[in-house]
Amino acid sequence: MSVRHAVLALLSEGPKYGLRLREEFEARTGEVWPLNVGQVYTTLQRLERDGLVEPDGTGGEGPQKGFRITAGGERELARWLRTPPDLSSPPRDELVMKVLVALRVPGADVHAVIQAHRRYLVELMQQWTRIKEDDAGGDLGMLLAVDAELFRLDSVIRWLNAAEARIKRAAAGATAPRAEQAGPRDQGRAPLPRHRREARVRG
Amino acid sequence: MSMLELRRVSKSYGQGGAEVHALREVSLTADEGAMVAVMGPSGSGKSTLLSIAGTLEEPTSGEVLIGGQQASGLSRGARARLRRRVIGYVFQDFNLLPGLTAAENVSLPLELDGVPGRKARAAALTVLDGLGLSGRASHYPDQMSGGERQRVAIARAMVGERRLLLADEPSGALDSVNAEAVMRLVRDACKNAGMAAVVVTHDAQLASWADRVVFLRDGRVTDQTAPAPGPESLLARGDGR
Repeated sequence: MSVRHAVLALLSEGPKYGLRLREEFEARTGEVWPLNVGQVYTTLQRLERDGLVEPDGTGGEGPQKGFRITAGGERELARWLRTPPDLSSPPRDELVMKVLVALRVPGADVHAVIQAHRRYLVELMQQWTRIKEDDAGGDLGMLLAVDAELFRLDSVIRWLNAAEARIKRAAAGATAPRAEQAGPRDQGRAPLPRHRREARVRG
Repeated sequence: MSMLELRRVSKSYGQGGAEVHALREVSLTADEGAMVAVMGPSGSGKSTLLSIAGTLEEPTSGEVLIGGQQASGLSRGARARLRRRVIGYVFQDFNLLPGLTAAENVSLPLELDGVPGRKARAAALTVLDGLGLSGRASHYPDQMSGGERQRVAIARAMVGERRLLLADEPSGALDSVNAEAVMRLVRDACKNAGMAAVVVTHDAQLASWADRVVFLRDGRVTDQTAPAPGPESLLARGDGR
């Protein structure tokens, strides 16, 4: 989450001072992302340095010092809203690496590894869902932020489910008496070189 | 009190080389007021578990207790009564009768159980009203949206003195907003009406509404979630990203 652009967005509604910016930021995100007031002041200083905000002449130099967005700040905010975040290169996903490593470590039960991660993720999802349940009346910003977390965690679980099914199928294929089947030493190894190849091409 | 208790329940189909073990020594309890989700991939035994919990199928071995009462030794008629009075089902594809209105679909189990028509209809309207469907009582299933049909199916599962709600992928065909509405209703049935619910699903978002999630794989319970520590722990973890 870019605090810099969140501050610009809040100032696009009208001039505000630091403490109020923090309160509004937390309220709009359903307090899902708490913000340190020091971060707000540092961000305001940098935005002023870059000409994206300016003092509005109220509140003196103290904590009540008000700021407003400049024309340059409005252009930067519009540009940021329309720019997709960089999702093109695969992240170094620790969970993916653990599952791939578990396939190769002698004695490691890859299904147990997958289940340990799946249980942890479902427990996290239960906690996020309780937040939604407790606030059924619904602050829209909070509901959207919680949904985003739930969909993100859900996608990881779906990958774990797909990985488990693929590993199971690969193991069943490896034990089937088929002439063209790769030997047992190759069982479950195919994904790693492919993953590496893709990582090299993209990154 | 446990509304549902499965003790070392196994179920197999076929014999000899063709024998398939759908469930292997599964133990599971669902207390009054609690919602339990059973999560597993296709073929893990979820639907078999639900059929046995609902006394639609007999286990090969093990015990099934509904409201503390042994279901295994009951006569066919006694099991049918248990299903009409205590157990409510919600199916993925709703299973509403197309020729009946919403109110008639909901009152049907009561009428089959001998409750006079007028009384059964009043009970049906009360439940439909509680689920926000009072304006749809005289509509037929094909005049309602998917979300409304599933709410009628939940009303039918709750009507009367039902204590155990069994749901098989109850929001499988719905979009995420309607699916959430369905899960809120199931959760309310537990928290406010004191029902016990068992929801089987492959969907983690649905399962996350439950108090406890039990993982099923190849017919065995492999794991379950720990009691949730509460949402404060998530909020305290925020770092202003």
